[in-house]
Amino acid sequence: MIELKQIVKKYGSKRALQDVTLTIPRGKVIGLVGENGSGKSTMLKLMAGLSLPNSGSATFDGQPITRRIASRIAYMSDTDAFYLYFTVQQLIDFYASQFEDFDVVKAKEILQFLNVSLDSKMKNLSKGNRGRVKIAVTLAREADVYLLDEPFSGLDPMVRDDIGKGLIRFTDTERQTIIMSTHEIREVEPLLDEIIVMRGGRVIAQEAVDEIRDFYGVDATSWMVSLFK
Amino acid sequence: MSIDFSPDKPIYQQLIDRILGDIMRGTLGVGEKLPSVREYAVEVGVNANTMQRVYKELEQMEITETRRGQGSFVTEDQEKITALRNEMKEQLVTTFLQNVAAFGFTTDEIIKSLQERGGEND
Repeated sequence: MIELKQIVKKYGSKRALQDVTLTIPRGKVIGLVGENGSGKSTMLKLMAGLSLPNSGSATFDGQPITRRIASRIAYMSDTDAFYLYFTVQQLIDFYASQFEDFDVVKAKEILQFLNVSLDSKMKNLSKGNRGRVKIAVTLAREADVYLLDEPFSGLDPMVRDDIGKGLIRFTDTERQTIIMSTHEIREVEPLLDEIIVMRGGRVIAQEAVDEIRDFYGVDATSWMVSLFK
Repeated sequence: MSIDFSPDKPIYQQLIDRILGDIMRGTLGVGEKLPSVREYAVEVGVNANTMQRVYKELEQMEITETRRGQGSFVTEDQEKITALRNEMKEQLVTTFLQNVAAFGFTTDEIIKSLQERGGEND
């Protein structure tokens, strides 16, 4: 569904992605792992059409990926970019005005599931609750693909558990695909179908989680460590 | 809360074992309805594709059956559950005896030990 062919992406003279070729199948939950600076965020931005490659091709169902792909792909950045004076309700209204596929009812349902009040002001929310709101407004879009940059990073275990359950509960893997970058691989592994491992701007492995356990007899974390030896 | 999985076996197999255990112990009764794929996935914290695979394999083992529009149910066929219990028992004993032999115990020694334990539990 998403296909990257021989992608090179440079920032100045630094190569963030080098010769990346990769196919993302529909209906899978995929973890993107690798050290800081290995190219995970760049890859997600490229798939979201937020950044264009210097060479190579990126396509979605055969069409070149450009900024217009935003209507089918929901991208969640790893930074907080909210208007802090908004209440949660106002934030929902804002998202609804920006994205045609935004489902207000679903947004409220997710926030209820995650126990966040609609009347709270963003600036008064804890970091954990801001994380919950962020995932809620992302999943409330009826997108084909969700690209999540570090959805669990810097959040406490309760919040991580909540976000994981929100992901399972409010996405439909029969038609939707999730790609998320993460450092918490041990914790996230049960949520994944596949893992893509990056190193120095290259994809060094792409494997199904069941295969790793079946074939190598170890969990994804040990497998990944062995790749780096 | 999400459950902990051991690292050496695929997660779907661990979930199959968990449900088989529930059925053999009777926590999940004969003919009882299982949670929906989505509900169960959220409960244990795994993705829905994994849970779908678990339900499919249980159905292929004929331990559960899917009724159109109603969901999955534990089989009504007590014989199938009894057969499953016997099979699991044999497997446990085989694995156990392999360990017994590997550590150089005799079967008689172990039976004696088991009988002593059995007495404690009665």
